[in-house]
Amino acid sequence: MNALTSLPTAILETSAARILLAKPKARFSLRARGDLAPFEAALGLSLGGPLGTRASTGSRETIRLAPDEWMLHSTPSDAAAIEGACAALYDAHPHSLVSVSAREVTVVIEGPRAAELLTIGCPRDIAKIEPGSGRRTVFDGVTVILWRDAEDSFRMDVWNSFAPHLIDLLKIGARELAAEVA
Amino acid sequence: MLLIHCPYCNETLPELEYAYAGEAHIARPANPSEVSDEEWAEFLFMRSNVKGIHYERWRHLHGCGRFFNAVRDTVSDKFLTTYEAGAPRPDLDTLVNTPAEGGK
Ligand SMILES: [Zn+2]
Repeated sequence: MNALTSLPTAILETSAARILLAKPKARFSLRARGDLAPFEAALGLSLGGPLGTRASTGSRETIRLAPDEWMLHSTPSDAAAIEGACAALYDAHPHSLVSVSAREVTVVIEGPRAAELLTIGCPRDIAKIEPGSGRRTVFDGVTVILWRDAEDSFRMDVWNSFAPHLIDLLKIGARELAAEVA
Repeated sequence: MLLIHCPYCNETLPELEYAYAGEAHIARPANPSEVSDEEWAEFLFMRSNVKGIHYERWRHLHGCGRFFNAVRDTVSDKFLTTYEAGAPRPDLDTLVNTPAEGGK
C-alpha cells in the first residue's frame, strides 16, 4: 500500500472484500495541450502514454484520463508546490490546473473478490484494466475514476454527493459475495 | 448491450459509458445572422432520420469525455466504424466491404 492510501478508515470487511475510505488528499484536474515536456519537468511526472496510463514520484501520482486531461493526486501539504510549479509555466504554456480536492473522496476496495465486487456496478471488463493502470468509467450510473493498484486492490474516486450511495452498494455487494462463500 | 469502439481510448466498451449525441456532420452556419429563418430552422431542427446507414455523434461520457463520430446501421444496430471528430466521412463502399473494428 502506498503513501496515498496509508491510514485509511475501515468501512467494512468481509471474507470477499475490504472497503475503506482513503485519507483526504490534494487532487488536481490538469488540462494541457501541445508540448507536455514542460509540465513533466515541472511536476516530475511522466504524462504520456495511452489513456489510463499512470505515473508516480514520491507522493505525487497521475493518471491520463483524456488526450488533454489528467487527474493529479498528492498529499495535502504538497498542494501549494504543485500550484506553484504549474503557475510558473502559465505564460509560456497556457493550461488549466483546478483543485478538486474537496469535490471527491477515494474508496479503497481490496481483497480476494475485489474485482468481482466491482462488476456489480461497472459494465466494463475489469480484467482488461491492468494492475498499475486505471480508467475513468461508470459505476451504477456515476462517473468514477478507478485505479487498479494490484490484481486484488482498487481505488475508486467518486464525487462527494454520490459517495454514500456508492459505498452502501459496495457494502451490500461485499456482504452478498461473502455470504456465497460461506 | 451495444459495444462501441472509442477512437480516443482505442477500446471497445459497453454502451453504458456513452451518450448519443445526434446526427453527425451538421455544421453550424459560420455567420448565423446572415442566414434566413428557413436555413436556420433547417440547421436547428431538420435531421435525415435515415433507415439504414447513419452518420452520428457519440460522446464517451463516462470515459475520456470526447465526442466522436460513428457510422451505424439503424436497422441492424451494427456499428460499421467510429472515427475522431473533425475527420471526414469515411467512404461507405470500403466500409460495407470490410467488416468493422468500430464496434459490434
Ligand atoms: Zn474514450
